[in-house]
Amino acid sequence: MSATGATVRPAAASRLGRAALGRRRDVNDRAMRGLAFAAAIVCVTPLAAVIAFVTINGIGAFNLDLITKGPKALGVGGGALNAILGTFQMVPLASLIAIPTGILGAVYIGEFAGRRSARLIRFSADVMVGVPSILVGIFVFTFLVLPFKQYNAFAGSVALAVIMIPIVLRTTEETLRLVPGALREAALALGVPVWRTVLSVVLRTGLAGILTGSMLAFARAMGESAPLLFTALGSRLVNVGNFAQPMDALPLFIYRNATQPNTTLNQQAWGVAFLLMVVVLVINVSVRARSAGRRVG
Amino acid sequence: MTVAMAPRPAIAEAEVELALAPETGRIEVRDLSLYYGAFRAVREVTMTIRPRSVTAIIGPSGCGKTTFLRSLNRMHELALGARVEGSVDLDGVDVYDPEVDPVQLRRVIGMVFQRPNPFPTMSIFDNVAAGLRLTGRLPKGHVQEVVERSLRRAALWDEVKDKLRANGTSLSGGQQQRLCIARALAVDPEVILMDEPASALDPIATLRIEELIAELRETFTIVIVTHNMQQASRVSDQTAFFTMGADRAGYLVEMGDTVKIFTNPTQSLTEDYVSGRFG
Repeated sequence: MSATGATVRPAAASRLGRAALGRRRDVNDRAMRGLAFAAAIVCVTPLAAVIAFVTINGIGAFNLDLITKGPKALGVGGGALNAILGTFQMVPLASLIAIPTGILGAVYIGEFAGRRSARLIRFSADVMVGVPSILVGIFVFTFLVLPFKQYNAFAGSVALAVIMIPIVLRTTEETLRLVPGALREAALALGVPVWRTVLSVVLRTGLAGILTGSMLAFARAMGESAPLLFTALGSRLVNVGNFAQPMDALPLFIYRNATQPNTTLNQQAWGVAFLLMVVVLVINVSVRARSAGRRVG
Repeated sequence: MTVAMAPRPAIAEAEVELALAPETGRIEVRDLSLYYGAFRAVREVTMTIRPRSVTAIIGPSGCGKTTFLRSLNRMHELALGARVEGSVDLDGVDVYDPEVDPVQLRRVIGMVFQRPNPFPTMSIFDNVAAGLRLTGRLPKGHVQEVVERSLRRAALWDEVKDKLRANGTSLSGGQQQRLCIARALAVDPEVILMDEPASALDPIATLRIEELIAELRETFTIVIVTHNMQQASRVSDQTAFFTMGADRAGYLVEMGDTVKIFTNPTQSLTEDYVSGRFG
C-alpha cells in the first residue's frame, strides 16, 4: 500500500516540477528569441540605412551635368564624367584579366588538380579574399607604378583584377562542383575530348553560376577605392583609352570631393555615391534574384 | 514495335552497306585484371563477346560487373588510381595499346549509363547531335538526318518529333534513357555498353528498353550489365556470371549461351545464383 503511494508521489512531483520548468523555459525561450530577432534587425539595418541615407542626400545632387561633364578646369562645378568613364574602362579591363583567369583556375581545381593542390589553391584564394585591399594596391604599385615613375590606369586595372580573381575562382569552382559527374561521363563516353567536355558540357552547365560570380566580382571592383589610390591615382581630366596615364574612378571621386571644404563639391560626391550605389545594387540584386531560383542539376 | 527505316534512300543505302560489311564489333578479353590503387576489383577475366548479339553480365553487388564494363571502352581509367592488366581486343586491336586514342575508341564503343543523363542545357535535338558536334565530325547538313535516324532507332522519334526543341530533361525517365541511347547511336558506334540501363525505370519503361535492345542487336554488339536475372534471360544471347572471391575481387565464374546458363550451368555457384539461393 505504502509502496503504491511511494510510486505515485514522485510521479506527481515530477509532473509538477516539469510544469514549473516549463514556465521558466517559456520565459527563456521568448527572451532568446527576442534577442536573436533584435540581432537580425541590427544586421540588416546598416543596409537599409545606407540606402536611405545615400538616396536622401544623393538624389537631389544627381543631375545631367554630373554624368555628361568632367570637372571644370578652374574653380568648382562641372560633373563626374572623368570618374564614370574611368570606372567603366578600368573595371572592364580588370574583368578581362580576372574572369578568364578565375574561370580557368577553377577548371584546373575542379577537373584536373589533385586533392592536395586543389585544397592549397582554394585556401590561398580564400585568404586572398580577406587581404586588405590597400595591400593589393601597394603590391601592384611596386611593380607597375614604381618602375615607370608614373601612376597609370593599367596598374589600377591590374589591382582590381587581383581583387576579382579569387571571387571569380571560388564562385566558379563552387558551381562546377554542382555539375553532376554523370554529365562528364556522358560526354566522355561519346568520344568527346576532355577539353571539349569541360568547355561545352561542364562550363556550359554551370554558366549561370559563373556569370553570377563574375558579375558580383565586377560590382565589387567598381566599389574599390584603396587599390586605386596607389595605382590609377585619380584624375580631374577625362581620360579615354590612355591606360599609361592616371585615371579617375567613382570611389576616388567621392573621396576627393567629399573631403573638400566646399558644398558644391560635397554635393557632387553625394550624387556620385548615389550613382555608384544604384549601379552596384542593380547588379547585385538582379544577379542574385536570377540565380536564386535556379540551381544546376 | 518496328523501327521505320524506309523513306530516306541515303539511309537505305547505308543499311545495305552495313549489311555487306564484314562482321565488326567482336571483343576478346584476355586475362583482364582491374585495379583501383592497390585494390584489385576484377581478377583475370577471359571472354569472347560475339558481334551483333547481346551479352549480359550478371552477378551479385560489388562483383566488378560495372568496373569490367567500363574497362571495355577505357572509362575505367578515368577513376583515380585506376590500373589495367591483360588485354581487350576489339576486332584484333588491343584497345589498351599505347597507339590507341581512348577518345577515338569511345566513339566506336558507346555507353549508356544507369541513370539517364541527358545534357540539361541542351534540347532533345541538341542532345542527340551532341556527339557529332562536340567531336566535330559531321558537316552541318547531315546533322538533321542523323538525329532523326538515331531517334527512330531508339524508338523515340514518334514521341518527340514535334518537340525537338524542348529540353531533354523535360522527358520522362524512360524517354530520357531512350534519348541517351539515341545520343549514343548518333556517333555510329559498333559496340554499345549498357550499365543497368533500366534499373532506374518503371516496368513499362523497362519493357520498352528491352524491346529496343532486341532491335539494336541486329546492328550492334551489346554488352549489358544487369542485376535483374529475368532481364538477362529475356534480352541476352550470352550470359556471363561474375562473383566475388575471398579477396573481394570479382571474377568470371562461367560464360555461355543464356539458355544454358539459366537452365543447365556447369558451375554449382552459377546454379545457386540463377536459382536465387544466394546473391
